[in-house]
Amino acid sequence: MPHLPCHARLVAAVTVTVMLALPAAAEPVLRRGNDGEAESLDPHKVAGAWEDRIIGDLFEGLLADDPAARPIPGQASSWTVSDDGLVYTFTLRPDARWSDGRPVTAGDFVYAFRRLLAPATAAKYASLLFTIAGAEAFNSGTVTDPEAVAARARGPRTLEVRLAHPAPYFLDQLTHMTAYPVPRHVVDAHGDDWTKPGNIVTNGPYRLVDWQPQRAVTLTRNDAHYAAAEVAIATVVYLPIEDRTEALKRFRADEIDTYPQFPARQYRWLRANLPDETRVAPYLGIYYYPINIHRPPFDRREVRRALALAIDREIITERITGVGEVPATSFVPPGTLNYRPAFEPALGWPAERRLAKARRLLAAAGYGPETPLRFVLRYNTSENHRQVAIAIAAMWKQALGVEVELFNSEVTVHYNALQHQDFEVARAAWIADYNDAQNFLFLAESSSGKLNYPRYANPDYDRLMDQAALTQDPAARGELLHQAEAILMHDMPYIPIYYYVSRNLVSTRIKGWVDNIEDRHRSRWLSLE
Amino acid sequence: MTEADARPALPAAPAGRSLLATAWRRLARNRAAVAALGTLAVIATACVVGPLVSPYRIDQVFWDRIGFDNAPSAAHWFGNDPNGRDLMVRVLFGGQISLMVGLTATLVALVIGVGYGATAGFLGGRVDSVMMRTVDILYSLPFTFFVILLMVYFGRNIILIFVAIGAVEWLDMARIVRGQTLSIKRRDFIEAARAAGATTGAIIRRHVIPNSLGPVIVYMTLTVPRVILLESFLSFLGLGVQEPMTSWGGLIAEGAREMETAPWLLVWPAAFLSTTLFALNFLGDGIRDALDPRDR
Amino acid sequence: MIGYAVRRLIVAIPTLLIIIALAFFMMRIAPGGPFDQERSLPAQIEQNLRAAYHLDEPVWQQFGRYLGGLLRGDFGPSFKYRDFSVTELIAAGFPVSLQIGAAAILFAVLVGGGLGALAAVHQNRTPDHAAMAVATVGLALPNFVVAPLLTLCLGVYLDLLPVGGWGSPAQAVLPIATLALPQIATIARLARAGLVEVLRADYIRTARAKGLPGWRVLARHALYPAVVPVVSYLGPAIAAVITGSVVVETIFGIPGVGRYFVQGALNRDYTLVMGVVVLYAGLIIALNLVVDLVYGWLDPRVRYD
Repeated sequence: MPHLPCHARLVAAVTVTVMLALPAAAEPVLRRGNDGEAESLDPHKVAGAWEDRIIGDLFEGLLADDPAARPIPGQASSWTVSDDGLVYTFTLRPDARWSDGRPVTAGDFVYAFRRLLAPATAAKYASLLFTIAGAEAFNSGTVTDPEAVAARARGPRTLEVRLAHPAPYFLDQLTHMTAYPVPRHVVDAHGDDWTKPGNIVTNGPYRLVDWQPQRAVTLTRNDAHYAAAEVAIATVVYLPIEDRTEALKRFRADEIDTYPQFPARQYRWLRANLPDETRVAPYLGIYYYPINIHRPPFDRREVRRALALAIDREIITERITGVGEVPATSFVPPGTLNYRPAFEPALGWPAERRLAKARRLLAAAGYGPETPLRFVLRYNTSENHRQVAIAIAAMWKQALGVEVELFNSEVTVHYNALQHQDFEVARAAWIADYNDAQNFLFLAESSSGKLNYPRYANPDYDRLMDQAALTQDPAARGELLHQAEAILMHDMPYIPIYYYVSRNLVSTRIKGWVDNIEDRHRSRWLSLE
Repeated sequence: MTEADARPALPAAPAGRSLLATAWRRLARNRAAVAALGTLAVIATACVVGPLVSPYRIDQVFWDRIGFDNAPSAAHWFGNDPNGRDLMVRVLFGGQISLMVGLTATLVALVIGVGYGATAGFLGGRVDSVMMRTVDILYSLPFTFFVILLMVYFGRNIILIFVAIGAVEWLDMARIVRGQTLSIKRRDFIEAARAAGATTGAIIRRHVIPNSLGPVIVYMTLTVPRVILLESFLSFLGLGVQEPMTSWGGLIAEGAREMETAPWLLVWPAAFLSTTLFALNFLGDGIRDALDPRDR
Repeated sequence: MIGYAVRRLIVAIPTLLIIIALAFFMMRIAPGGPFDQERSLPAQIEQNLRAAYHLDEPVWQQFGRYLGGLLRGDFGPSFKYRDFSVTELIAAGFPVSLQIGAAAILFAVLVGGGLGALAAVHQNRTPDHAAMAVATVGLALPNFVVAPLLTLCLGVYLDLLPVGGWGSPAQAVLPIATLALPQIATIARLARAGLVEVLRADYIRTARAKGLPGWRVLARHALYPAVVPVVSYLGPAIAAVITGSVVVETIFGIPGVGRYFVQGALNRDYTLVMGVVVLYAGLIIALNLVVDLVYGWLDPRVRYD
């Protein structure tokens, strides 16, 4: 029987790992639960919030996040902007260093931007830096010379970046992981293996000690970082826990100190039993239902508006999701910088008036109790999406007599269908990457292709968006974006359902945690009691 | 490996019917088995009749019971699910699906397995060895993965769930039947039938299959609960039947997440599922005893 | 017997090849691709990604590329986990899965065998019924109910054991117990049936008649032949434990390969899924062979044809 030796080995193996894993006594260790396993620690190759948490501790861009996730000077100590809003000149701080002691130079940033944008890197998020002049052409391969990317080193500590168009959100974008520098000397030496423990060199407040796939990512304070003296927690361990219910149990059993996604259905229990640990805050995200406007009868605005009107959003946010999500009557969430959302007033009417209007609109399109509208509502596998879909289907049936067939599929199939317009009405969501209305509204531009699931195309909308892109004054720009959103809400190719909230579990031993709309909480600002 | 069960213990073919009759009498004397059979009958009847006579539909939302305040009450004995739907009618309907999956998949496995095994065993020689090699190959397939891919590829078609699971479960059946067939084939009455000019097909149908019935029935009662559990595993992965339909597995997967805050969501479907599986296992034991009393 | 083993191993090669081809092409037929995620990618970037992973080549060429890699022992890069190759991921995860799987089977054999023996010795009396009822519990509840129930009661309420994670022996207790539970039930039934039959055999009666005490009869004469059906069940048990590990690894947060299996299939991480399929198929083939050989060694009546 081969089992006995295996078992003996098991005991030996775990004993050894336990001894290795024991941290030195008295050193504060922060155990952060993460809701997914990092796909990579290469800031250019990832797109998830669970990677951003780790990478944001390891690396630092020209600008960094303060405790409330507002941009503050990071590797750049200062910068100037030209009058036309197109040229940014950054001065790097003299003590910007990699964890191996080498200085971080303007050339490192130029190298990093080119690497992110090079087609061979196949960076998922390269489009975020299309704000830089020449970036899009280089990424799409129409231009092969990396010099075309308008970022230049004007000396070891001076970086000049020219934008494709004025973008007030550019500085905020620079705090995003796509804009982080990577150590050229390490990437050149190790190739794709540069992120492996032992190879990786970072410039953020922490450096990587160990990474065991699906088990733990261990970071320790980077003493080469300029603010190392103010970093209170010496060791941070990220533990991937995908099952949220189990994550909550591990939090209760004091096995983790933070977790970014407590299960929504446990909120009541949490509020009663762990009120100080449960943190809910507005979040820059919209939960919406795109409608395939190219498939009759959804080509008719009346039908789309009738469906939007017949949803009782308060029931969804209070009884289904129930964590303080806000009923959405616009596509851009309130709280977005320099912006006033174009709320659709009819969505907020009292139920009777709303439903009467919805019935009238649907009747005008030729549907009623005798000739019910029938379609398929697609959603991807998740308890929350399922419950929302069931409730909305029931609302449509009750108010409009609509016969909805629910169709659930897993994420890959779902989004594949959406991108290929193989749907009638479906569930989707958008979480912003930077705090600007444009980051929501660009989805509905006709040039957005597959991201624009309904392939909504309205020349007026596109024109307003283009105009806003060329406008420098924040107020005037906000007004143009507002007008564009008003058109979008009138045409209703996207039915807004609710604005997201962030749902963190944070141990009361942790100090320095500030709830914020981007839900970014860098470990350098935290301390443990 | 299961050839160990293939003991040449069964009487000759003409006795087939009376064998079943004696077995039935023996089963009726086994109190645990009778209780299990009764329980199964009650649950199956409830699942079939319940949704028909219930005042509620499975997709009917009670707006005042949606969300969090949906514990069992006078109007809704089992409580309501998070969408405010009556849990009792959903549990009973879910039972229909679970039982149907269990039975249909087992039948599919039975038909394929018995046909395949009997043919291989009876024809013997090269055909047998090729057929059994194929079974060996299929044995080393990680089947869960293939079922998952089938679900993904064909959507959540409920018929397909039956067939896919049945197609997975027939291998053991084929091996058992082949073993039985090999031992029966060498018996005198087969020689006699052959001498009398019976065709191969007729011999398989009239003699081989009836004589392998015992172990097959026992195996079936053990396959049904396995299949029901497999379906619940698929539901746990989010690959179960489409809303508003449901199965015990689907309801349990949903309830398990809230066992502390809304225990009724887990307790009711789990109670039905466990009782059914318990009963099926006891019934299987009972049938085994009844068919082969030498064992006990 | 050696000839038999060699023949089986030779047959295993085309078997593996067929399995690889089946899995490979089924994955490609399935709708959706590795880059269809919650956050849809702009067309240009998806094209860059497809080129980087050779997905723009004809499928046959991709298959050839994959087989070529396999021959060199290279499972290829993971589509999702971009910092590790599939070989590295499996090398990290497989020992973990092997440990809990082997421990679970060992545990199941010990406990199940014990319950079965208890039941057989006290056949048709209260201990028999009690032992069998206890054993059946494992067959009557899905493991995704058992696991959260255990973590809630033992991990949170009583605070006796860790809820999840991997690293200390205490963290391995609940996963192993969850994984073993259904196998305990089956093994107990098989052991009981085997023992009951053996205890009736003439030589046992003779031994008893000679006045040997009950437990010695059991240990000396009865246990050995009764083990045969249990051994023959170990093949299917291993397959069942592999399936069960998917749930157990997800719920307890264990870094094994079991959940790569399902996650990979759902994410269309083609190479990762293929790697796990090849690993498991090879494992099942090898273990079935071992089980068959052990079986023949235990029961000389079995001939290898």
